[in-house]
Parts: sequence; structure tokens; C-alpha cells
Amino acid sequence: MNFVVPDFYPAAAEIFVAVMALVIMLASTFARSIARSLAYYTTQATLIAAAFITIYTMQGEPVYTFSNLFISDLMGSFLKLMIYFATAIALLYGRGYLADRKIDKPEYYLLALLMTLGMMVMVSANHMLPMYIGLEMMSLALYTMVAFDRDSARSTEAAMKYFVLGALASGLLLYGMSMVYGATGSLEFSAVAQSIYNQAANQTVLTFGLVFLVAGICFKLGVVPFHMWVPDVYQGAPTAVTLMISAAPKLAAFAMAVRLLIWALFDVAEEWQGMLMLVAVASIALGNLAAIAQQNIKRMLAYSGISHMGFMLLGLLAGVVDGDRHFALNAYSSAMFYAVAYVIMSLASFGMLILLSRAGFEAENIDDFKGLNRRSPWFALMMLFVMFSMAGVPFFIGFFAKLAVLQAVVAAGYFWLAVVAVLLSVAGAFYYLRVVKVMYFDAPVDESPIHAPAEVRVMLSANGIAIAALGLAPQMLMSLCAYALLGSL
Amino acid sequence: MTDIPLLSLAIWVPILGGLLVLATGSDRNAPLARMLALAVAVVGFVVTIPLYTGFDTTTSAMQFVELSSWVPRFNINYHLGVDGISVLFVILNAFITIMVVMAGWKVIEDRVAQYMAAFLIMSGLMNGIFSALDGVLFYVFFEASLIPLYLIIGVWGGPNRVYAAIKFFLYTLLGSLLMLIALLYLFMQSGGSFSILDWHQLPLQMEPQILIFLAFLIAFGVKVPMWPVHTWLPDAHVEAPTGGSVVLAAIALKLGAYGFLRFSLPIVPDASQELAWLIITLSLIAVVYIGFVALVQADMKKLVAYSSISHMGFVTLGFFIFNPMGVEGALVQMISHGFVSGAMFLCIGVLYDRVHSRQIADYGGVVHTMPKFAAFFMLFAMANSGLPATSGFVGEFMVILGAVQFNFWVGFCAAITLILGAAYSLWMYKRVVFGKVANKHVAELEDLNSREFAFLAILAFCVLAMGLYPYPFTEVMHASVNELLRHVAVSKL
Repeated sequence: MNFVVPDFYPAAAEIFVAVMALVIMLASTFARSIARSLAYYTTQATLIAAAFITIYTMQGEPVYTFSNLFISDLMGSFLKLMIYFATAIALLYGRGYLADRKIDKPEYYLLALLMTLGMMVMVSANHMLPMYIGLEMMSLALYTMVAFDRDSARSTEAAMKYFVLGALASGLLLYGMSMVYGATGSLEFSAVAQSIYNQAANQTVLTFGLVFLVAGICFKLGVVPFHMWVPDVYQGAPTAVTLMISAAPKLAAFAMAVRLLIWALFDVAEEWQGMLMLVAVASIALGNLAAIAQQNIKRMLAYSGISHMGFMLLGLLAGVVDGDRHFALNAYSSAMFYAVAYVIMSLASFGMLILLSRAGFEAENIDDFKGLNRRSPWFALMMLFVMFSMAGVPFFIGFFAKLAVLQAVVAAGYFWLAVVAVLLSVAGAFYYLRVVKVMYFDAPVDESPIHAPAEVRVMLSANGIAIAALGLAPQMLMSLCAYALLGSL
Repeated sequence: MTDIPLLSLAIWVPILGGLLVLATGSDRNAPLARMLALAVAVVGFVVTIPLYTGFDTTTSAMQFVELSSWVPRFNINYHLGVDGISVLFVILNAFITIMVVMAGWKVIEDRVAQYMAAFLIMSGLMNGIFSALDGVLFYVFFEASLIPLYLIIGVWGGPNRVYAAIKFFLYTLLGSLLMLIALLYLFMQSGGSFSILDWHQLPLQMEPQILIFLAFLIAFGVKVPMWPVHTWLPDAHVEAPTGGSVVLAAIALKLGAYGFLRFSLPIVPDASQELAWLIITLSLIAVVYIGFVALVQADMKKLVAYSSISHMGFVTLGFFIFNPMGVEGALVQMISHGFVSGAMFLCIGVLYDRVHSRQIADYGGVVHTMPKFAAFFMLFAMANSGLPATSGFVGEFMVILGAVQFNFWVGFCAAITLILGAAYSLWMYKRVVFGKVANKHVAELEDLNSREFAFLAILAFCVLAMGLYPYPFTEVMHASVNELLRHVAVSKL
């Protein structure tokens, strides 16, 4: 048997992040006195350096390595860049929050890096096994981070719930993968697709496998009917961690959906489209309606996230109509644009919660936003941007995200789906408006001025302005999404 | 024509100026914010004047066109232009903005900069709606203009303002999102174009036409507002501060009616003809039934709000009888209503600022303490009831003439408004202004100060000028209206 040294070059970023994670672990053990800031700054530097490496090693054509287990393509690189970006911002926002609660241990940053690594592997997997490994790596890091405030009963409960349900979902996913393997004889995406294309696959087993795969993806995206964990975990986790969960992992889950459903199982698209349709409508409905009843803004944003992910799925399911792939690129890139837009908005919304929190005080009720316009007109304006953007009102990025997805849905001929989606968006607008209402129309309960580290203020302002600026000029990001996907379809 | 992007200026001067006003920050700088806002409003108005003076009345084509790519991915363009239908609204809007800034001068003491900024931004966005020739651009302005008005009603409004603000927002959002789907459908059908002018030429089957028409009807009908989706308007009016009511009545209601002319009629002409009976019926219900509803109101603002709904019923009626008299009459009515309803709300605002009540029953004998005010109020109440020689008469008369041409009984029902309008306007006027001095609040009233006198005098001038010599207004719209009707008469099937 010949041993061939695999080409490490396409995976340089992953290797770098993995090495740095170990370095941080060792360094923080030996340099205890400065471990916290050392770990933080090294992590940020690692993310930035990883971004450069990813850009540097990016290639127009897909490159396979590690016996086709791993792929480096434009979509993967683009999503990885977004993941570094989202993680770096989440860490930046969360640092002060963690310090106030005395849980800014170096291990937190280590876990964040391992989570990032897991997502990178997921995004770059060309085979179900690395996909699964990446997923588990990300998930285990996240479970731990949720429980990071170990004296808090609520966090522990949330972590437990997340872990048990997450393990169940992983089990489903793995089971689905094994069935797909049984039906097609391979775990590699292109081989699976080929086998289905040649009609060599056992249809019954394949369909069973597909159902389990879709269930696993839905769990990771947090959509109905696998959404139960979302509100509880969002609420129970420390806000800094909620911020993490709500941002980058959505992109990784999106990549997982694209690789599994579109790459591997494209020829059974009609079957998963039907499932996704139900899931999407149910998510938009439940997310929007349940959010109305929430008093806790973390729960509200959790439900809002469920509905946003449902909306994103609309884009994914609008790609193929009666075997016609003409709209595929348009639809998938609009879904990707939606996911990226959601991540940007989500970062800002939880960032605002962190801004309002301080030592001994958790901002987590909608009422904590009361009279924000009097306390800080600037940040009230930023939150206004976020809320109207999430509601899909122009001139904000959320509008163009919705426009892109609806356009894909209408192009695919699913008018009723578009009508249902917009009607439910009107219901959704209500709770976003309520946040604006308490900020602008109500008198403040808490008069204390807002004090947050300068970097958080600056970054949050930039984040808010980005939401407006990308709404005024969405072309760049849209074309990037389309371009990144073009090379991968 | 000139190379200066006048329409862009009309849109962005108020918006950027509004942001500048916002930057003056806290109420310590209130005087600065006020002066700056007035300056921006005046500049915003001045840049729209060349739109009128440079307007070519012989053509129905779009003028002052600006076209550049905005989002090439979906072929969305920054495409602006005005024709005889829209140009007057841009100017009216810029003009009313000055009135609004002046009206809020003393009354608003809380968060002045934000108040002024909201109105200026709103004004720019509405200019965008009137001049957008790209479907998405139109939609973007249409929706974005909800945000400032939501805040205006919610922050500076009356006791029940939160309810009114949210109701206003959700009603209009519901309508406009359905319109968005219609726009996307048209985008697909036209092979990837969001240009409204392309859509005018797009052939469509009857069934999609009907569906598109209904989507537009919900969007614009809510905005107009037409019976039975009008219920948000009285709430919004009553709770809004004076300036908010003025903008709402004078400009925001026109957006819906304008939408019918720009979208419904030319894009889906066959469905418009087919379903004209529906619009005519709804319009007549608005004219007659809402007229009666106005009669029994105890709150002055509510009364004027219902009267607005009734007058807007006239406008939609005029559009859907498909003759030049009706459409031009409706357009004149829209402009006139902009002046008159704005003036009515300003008059009520003048009283409210002094007595802090809008109930008719709290007044009586105002003429004894505020003679100058009473004279202005008289003129506007007369104009509101459509007295000849005021602007209110011209539009109503033309629409009634057109309606009689179309069908005698439709014209007959429409003419009832002349009686009802006079009844509710003048009866309210009588109860508020004449009679004995009702209570000590009225006895202590002070007459108009120079600022109030100024804005009411300007509006009075406009109302009379338009009533006596409407030609400058009708001249501008003539070519475009004829072209529109010619277009509507050609089937797209």
C-alpha cells in the first residue's frame, strides 16, 4: 500500500487554527497571570490571520485533498471568512460581559476557536464523515460554552437541554448518513449524487436517510419542528454565548444544508423541497407568532431567529422547479445572502443586549429597553435599524434579504408560499415594532447612563451603520454570494 | 433641460438635512435645530421650483429623468422622473414641509431635533415615492416613509398614541407587502425589469391582471384610505401631533391615490376596467357614508379625518370613471385637499395649543376672542365643503361633471357630498366659533401670533388662488392625463 502525503495547502487555515488553539491552551496554562488577555488577543489575532490565510489560499476552482474528504472552494472560503468575522465580533462584544461575570477564563477563547475550527471543517467537508466530525466539534464546544457560567442553574439547565437534544439530532443525522451509505454505497457527496443520478440507489432506503438528514439539518438551523431547544438555550446561555450561537453556526448549518441537500441529494430535490416547504412555513408561522408573546427579549430574538431561518429555507427550496435548474444559482445565492444578512443583524441585536447589561444586571427583558432614546439616542437609533431591518423594512439589509428570497420563490412559481410568508411577516413586524415602541415611546425605568468599553461602542455603531449601509448598497454582498456559489454548483 | 439632478436634490436635501438636524442632538440646541430645519425645508422647497418652471407641458413623457444602476443583480435602477401627474405632488410636499416645520416651532419642546428630523426625512422619502420610476425604488421609499411617521405619532402623539402608531404601521405594511409580491411577479413576467415604464407596455392575461390589481388595491386602498380599510386613519390623526396630521392628510394619503394612477391603471388596464364597479362602489360608500360619520363626530380632528376619507373617496371615484374630466378633477382635488386639510389641521392645532382640547363641546364663541383666526378658519371650512371660488370647489365640480358623463346616478350620489361637506364643516364651525363664549378657557384665548398668521395666510392664498384660477395646475397635468387615459383604453390582453 502506497502512502501518499496529502496536500495540506488547501486546508492551511484549518491547520493553523487547530495549532493556535493548542498554543493558546498551553500558553494560558503556563502564563496564568496574563492568561485572560493573552487568550483573548491571541484568539482575535488567530481569527484575523486565518482570514488572511483563507484569502491567500483561495482558488477559483474547487480543490480536493485528503482523499477527497476535504474541499476548498469559493463558497467554503466565503463562508469561512464570514465565520471568522462573526466569531471575532461576538468575542469582542462578549469580552466585557464575561469579565463582569468573572467567567472570562482563557478556556472560553479556546472553546471559541475550537468551535470555529469545527465550523470550518463542516463548511469544507466533501464527505459525510468530516461533515459530522466538524459538526460535533462545533456542537461540543457550544454545549460547553453555554454551561460556562457554571454557578448559574439556568445556564446549566440550558446546556443540558442543548446537549441532550443536540446529541439526539446528531444521532438522527448519523443514522441518516448510514442509510444514505446503504443506499448509494458512498459517503462522498459527488459519489452519492452520481449513484442517485444513475438510479443505482435503493429509493426506499434513500428516502428514509433523507428524512433523517433533513431532521439533523433542521435541528442545527433551529427550525420547526426541531426548534424546541432554541428559546431555552438562547435564554439560559450567558448573552455573550447566545450571541455566538445565533451567528456563525447558522452559516455552518447553511453550508451543511447546501453540501448535503444540493450537492449530494440534488436529484431527489423534489422530496426534500416538499419537506423544507412544510418546515419553512411552520417556522415562519411559529417563530413570528410565538415571538409576539415573549417578554424576554432573548426568547423573542430566538423565535425571531426561527422565523428567519424558515425564510432562508424558502430560498433553498426555490432552486429547482420540475427538474429545471435554471433558477438554482439565483435561489441558493439569495438564501446565502439571507443567512449572511441575518448573522449581521443578529450580532447587532445581541450586541445591544450586552451593551445594556453590566455587572449584576442582565438586560434581557423587552422592558429593559424602555426609554433608551432618552438614555442614549445614538444606540436607540442603532437598535431601531436592527429592528426595522429584521422586520424587512427598507432601507436596511433585511429588506433586500427578504426581497431576494421572495424573488426566488416567486420565480419558482410558488406564489402562495410568498403570500403566506409576507402575511406572517406582518405578524412578525409587530414585535419588532414593540421594541421600537418601548425605546422611543416609553419613559426610561433605569436612568443610569450606558457604560461599555469603547471598542464595543465603536463596533456596535459600525454594525448598526453596516445594516443601513448594506441596505443602501446591497449589490456588493449579493454579488459576492452569487459569485461564491457559482464556483460550487 | 438642466443637468442639475433636481429630483435627487428634492429627495436628498431634506433627508441629509434631516440627519444634520438630528446631529444637533439634545434639547439644549433646540433653537438651532429649529432654524436649521426651517432652512433645510426652505432649501428643499426652492430646489423643487425649477421642476415647475422648467416643466414642459406639451409632452406626457417623463421629465427630469435620472437613471443609474443601483442593484444590478436584480436589475434595480435608481430611476427618477416626473410627469404631469406627479410633479405637482413633489412641489406640494416640499411646500407643506415648510408649514409643518413652522407649525411645530413652539409647540414641540421635547426632542425638537428628532421631531424636525423625522419630518424632513419623511418629506424626502415622499418625494422619492412621487418621482420613482423603478418598482423597487418606489417600494423602498413607500415603506421607509412609514418609519418616520410611526415615530412621529408614537413619540409626540396623544394619550392613545401607541395603539394608533402600531395600527397605522401594520395596516400599511400588510398592504405594501402584498404589493411587493405583485412587483416581483411583474419583474418575472417582464423578463427581469423593475422599470414601471416597461411594465406599462407589458402584455398580461386577464387572470394575473385581476390578481395584480387586487394586490395593488389592498396596498393603495389602505393608504388612501378607502372604506372599509380606513379605520387606522381617524386613530392616527387624532393621536398624531399637528404636524403629523398635516403631513398625513396633505401628502401621505395622496401616495395611495398616486399609486393607482402610476401602477393600477396603466399596468393592469383591463382589470381596472373590469373591476371599476368595485372601486366606484367603495368610493361612493366613502363619500356618502363616511360623510355621515363625519357629521356626528365630537372631536374636531376626527371630523376632519373622516372628511378626508370622504374627499379621498372622491379622488378614487374620479380615477375610475375613465374620462379626462374625472381624472383631472381628482388630481385637482388631491392638491386642493392637500392645502385645505392641511390648513384645517393647522387651525385645529392652533386651538389645541391654547386649550388642549379637540372636543367641539369645549369651544364656542371663539370669534369673540380670536377674530383673525375665525376668519381664516371660515375660509378653510368653506373650502372643505367645496364652496365656489375656493380650491375645494374646482376638483369636486370636475369629478361630479365627469361622473354624470359616466352615469347619472353615480354623479348624483357623488353630488351628495356637497350637502354633507357643507353640513359637517359648517356645523362644526358654527359650534366652535359662533355663539356665546363657552367657558373661561375660550375667554382667555389669544389671537394668532405672527408665525401662525403667516402660515395660515400663505395657505389661504393658495386655496383662493387655486379656486379662482386653476389653469396653472390643470395645464401641467393635461398632457399626462390624456396619455394615461389613451393608454388605459388600449387592452393588454
